Amino acid sequence: MQDDKVEPLQTLKDIHGIMERSSRFLSLSGWSGVWAGGTALIGAAIAKMWLQQIPSTYRMAYPNNQSFAATEGEYKHILLKLVFLALGVLLVALAGGYYFTKRKAIRDGIPLWNGTSKRMLVELAIPLATGGVFAFAFLWHGLELYIAPICLTFYGMALINGSKYTLSDIKYLGIAEVVLGCICLFIRGYGLVLWTIGFGVLHILYGIIMWKKYDSK
Amino acid sequence: MQVIEQLNKLFDSRIRIGIMSALMVNETINFNELKTLLDVTDGNLATHLKTLEENNYIKVQKGFIGKKTNTTYTITKVGETAFKSHLKALEKIISGLG
Repeated sequence: MQDDKVEPLQTLKDIHGIMERSSRFLSLSGWSGVWAGGTALIGAAIAKMWLQQIPSTYRMAYPNNQSFAATEGEYKHILLKLVFLALGVLLVALAGGYYFTKRKAIRDGIPLWNGTSKRMLVELAIPLATGGVFAFAFLWHGLELYIAPICLTFYGMALINGSKYTLSDIKYLGIAEVVLGCICLFIRGYGLVLWTIGFGVLHILYGIIMWKKYDSK
Repeated sequence: MQVIEQLNKLFDSRIRIGIMSALMVNETINFNELKTLLDVTDGNLATHLKTLEENNYIKVQKGFIGKKTNTTYTITKVGETAFKSHLKALEKIISGLG
């Protein structure tokens, strides 16, 4: 395929396109975001319900209020339930994200498991795993207050890190999550609310924006 | 036109330009990844890779994943410099036209 005519502008565009396609995994689906956000909202609603059903434990989540003490056992029980709920939410969100992204990759004719998607996952996984260890350690030491800010901040940093290898827009979602996480560090008692905004509302918003920008074409 | 002369004849081919572009942003890339990326046939891709290799623009590593051969490619310093000056020449032509 020899081109005798030099078309520099088109050639440069082609080069840019190939660089982008070969180094970024572009088949992330907007629906994955909407799905993850929806799952987070449902999870948060369940958590809220559990916390309200046992008023004494609910009060324990606000350490400022000393007048209402739950028994140690009661508190540990609901905490454990919440941890499993969070893991369940994570699994359902990931499964949906995988499904929608796979569907898009098939449509784009791109293998789901290639060099770029692997690199993206590794870049995402490093801060995420670190955040997981942090969250677990804080929980271990009885500092549940810091779980929501840790989740939000480390997740945000994972997105910023991974954005080099996928749609660059994901960086802004990452920055928003980090900002929310940092705010969450300073205002007590709003952990669940900010968690819901970060993982629920922002994901849905991001998903819709991405879907409009890339998928709906 | 002087600038046109600065264009590298080796990069006349779209496929060769494609290979070089991909290698500029990836440390290594294997044959199958290149094939999917550029949407070319095995034979066609192999010929162009051979040309680039003979000109010392890319380095070839033959390896195995299990029993399957896995040939990966890396850009050389020579290749990188050549590709960059080709890009500069293209940009000059564009700004010259503008």
